[in-house]
Amino acid sequence: MNQPLNPQRRPAIGMGALFAATLKRDLKLSLRRKSELVNPLIFFLMVITLFPLGVSPEPGFLAELAPGVIWVAALLATLLSMDSLFRTDFDDGSLEQLLLSPQPVMLVVCAKVLAHWMLTGLALTLVAPLISVMLFLPAEGVPGLMLSLLLGTPTLSLVGAIGAALTVGLKRGGVLISLLVLPLYIPVLIFGTGAVQAAVTGLPLDGYLALLGALLALGTVLAPLAIGAALRISVSG
Amino acid sequence: MSQTMLKVENLFCERDDRVLFDQLSFEVDGGEIVQIEGANGSGKTTLLRILSGLSRNYEGEIYWQGEPIEKVREEFRAELLYFGHQPGVKALLTPEENLHWYCALHASLDPARVQEALEQVGLRGFEDVPCHTLSAGQHRRVSLARLYLSDARLWILDEPFTAIDKRGVAAKEALIGRHVAQGGSVILTTHQDLQGSGAVRSINLDRQGERG
Amino acid sequence: MVEKKKWLPRWFYQLASPRWCYQICGKLLPGFAVAALILLLGGIVWALLFAPADYQQGNSFRIIYLHVPSAILAQSCYMMMAVAGAIGLIWKMKVADMVAKSCAPIGATMAVLALLTGAIWGKPTWGSWWVWDARLTSMLILLFLYLGVMALNSAIESESTAAQASAVLSLVGLVNIPIIKYSVDWWNTLHQPATFTLTERPAMPAEMWVPLLMMVVGFYCFFAVSLMLRLRNEILRRERRAGWVRDLLLSK
Repeated sequence: MNQPLNPQRRPAIGMGALFAATLKRDLKLSLRRKSELVNPLIFFLMVITLFPLGVSPEPGFLAELAPGVIWVAALLATLLSMDSLFRTDFDDGSLEQLLLSPQPVMLVVCAKVLAHWMLTGLALTLVAPLISVMLFLPAEGVPGLMLSLLLGTPTLSLVGAIGAALTVGLKRGGVLISLLVLPLYIPVLIFGTGAVQAAVTGLPLDGYLALLGALLALGTVLAPLAIGAALRISVSG
Repeated sequence: MSQTMLKVENLFCERDDRVLFDQLSFEVDGGEIVQIEGANGSGKTTLLRILSGLSRNYEGEIYWQGEPIEKVREEFRAELLYFGHQPGVKALLTPEENLHWYCALHASLDPARVQEALEQVGLRGFEDVPCHTLSAGQHRRVSLARLYLSDARLWILDEPFTAIDKRGVAAKEALIGRHVAQGGSVILTTHQDLQGSGAVRSINLDRQGERG
Repeated sequence: MVEKKKWLPRWFYQLASPRWCYQICGKLLPGFAVAALILLLGGIVWALLFAPADYQQGNSFRIIYLHVPSAILAQSCYMMMAVAGAIGLIWKMKVADMVAKSCAPIGATMAVLALLTGAIWGKPTWGSWWVWDARLTSMLILLFLYLGVMALNSAIESESTAAQASAVLSLVGLVNIPIIKYSVDWWNTLHQPATFTLTERPAMPAEMWVPLLMMVVGFYCFFAVSLMLRLRNEILRRERRAGWVRDLLLSK
């Protein structure tokens, strides 16, 4: 039967467990919806394919274009998958339960963003070498590309999640998210492509990676606050 | 066990240019069932969402055990069980996984009791099928199983009996009765008459609307 | 309602009352309107007729008398919008929400004006209407930020939710603006090594910068006027069911 009320509450095993549970839950949910899982990757590949077709298949030209194209495509692919981050939770009421938890919302939010990143940003980073071959990116640039994606895409997920949280209460948030979030992605894009170009020309990468890391650190500290506030506002509305 | 749990003072809420309630004041004591009544659109759900802390579009004061609720949000949430329109059940997860996540959200709950709770709501044998294969009523039962797990003192239930069969309703009513007997409080909306759960106080929002 | 805190001055709470705010705006409006008119007219006449021509760019440089004030205003307007939004978020102050909402279109207009004048200036200076100059690019991104806030505000039906959501977004934008600015500057030096920069001019003579200062102050006064007009409109619209608004409308 029910526990007696006002019990000696079990010590709050709390935060780590909740983080792990949420991460596991979100990964599990994504893995059970396999079609949606690969959509960002397919989209990424397709956008990449458009450039040789639309601009020129000439290797030298593509190699020059490659850092920017790959980063823009990664950015759009992340954005595409962003809308669903909180939407299903909002629709079925899980988001309400999440916000009513005595545990800090930021924790759950971080876990959800991490799960999202593992299935988009990390996946994009892993297929990046394949893409760089298709776009004739010189081999020297590949480690730089992967490192910059590895450090940059989590920031994209964090910032995108703010947009997702702000628009989750709206029937159609898809286009709106892009309007809200794309301008905020510009610094990541600039430093990300800068890193790849530096890697291609054999310049030191440290500065770029440090900047991307700084953006990520700032995002990790501030974005969950904004996401939590935005979720409460959206659910309240 | 009759100390005041929740106290509402001069609550005012409007939605789409319509005043839902104005100067609404009431108290909910331990061991009490409060039923919110009113026609469709009278703001029952809005009121429950405000009380639970989900909606902040209101004016007025809400106190939890004598403290303004903004000051004791976390303590309040630890003592609250909210059952909303959407059951908060993930269709792709199994009932067991759903409840385990709920236990993670409320660290004071014991995941080991999930099985027992599922048995109580008659979902034995359905623990590990995805919820989307369950019927609408079973779906809601997954969420209702939280009532058996919960150690919260205040239950806020929005239409808890929708899509539940007669026997299920009787069991839930008995559960609510036990909860208040132990000193807990329940605020709920329902279109059914509550039977056998002791004294039920009702607050009618229609009359509120006329006054406001 | 606004929770009273001891360390906040009394006028802060008075501002929170839409009615008081409506009245004080009404009282301040004429003064600011006259100041804006005098400063803008005086500044324009001085700038176009009496200020000396630039030794490098000739008369085409005179567009800075529109470009610079609008660019400055576009930036400070965003700051004001974000700060007002934050006040609205923290103290649940309706008037602050209304200020934030009224700021957005003005700021966006200023950003457009800065971009247009930048483009017009670019034609004689660089020989093309658009150059990916760091300042112009930053201004374009600022315009995008404004458009995002406005789009979000209009997409959400509930007014208080819309105000809160826009406030969060503009705060996120505010944190990002320096980062964006820095990254764009950096990108610019990488791709366009030191071309001719627009506004950083070595020691402008007084006949040049005094009218510029007049224009900047005039723009601020004009901003105050249009903000107060918009704010008064917004207050009337939102408080249309309050007794004092009815009395006011009936008495006219």
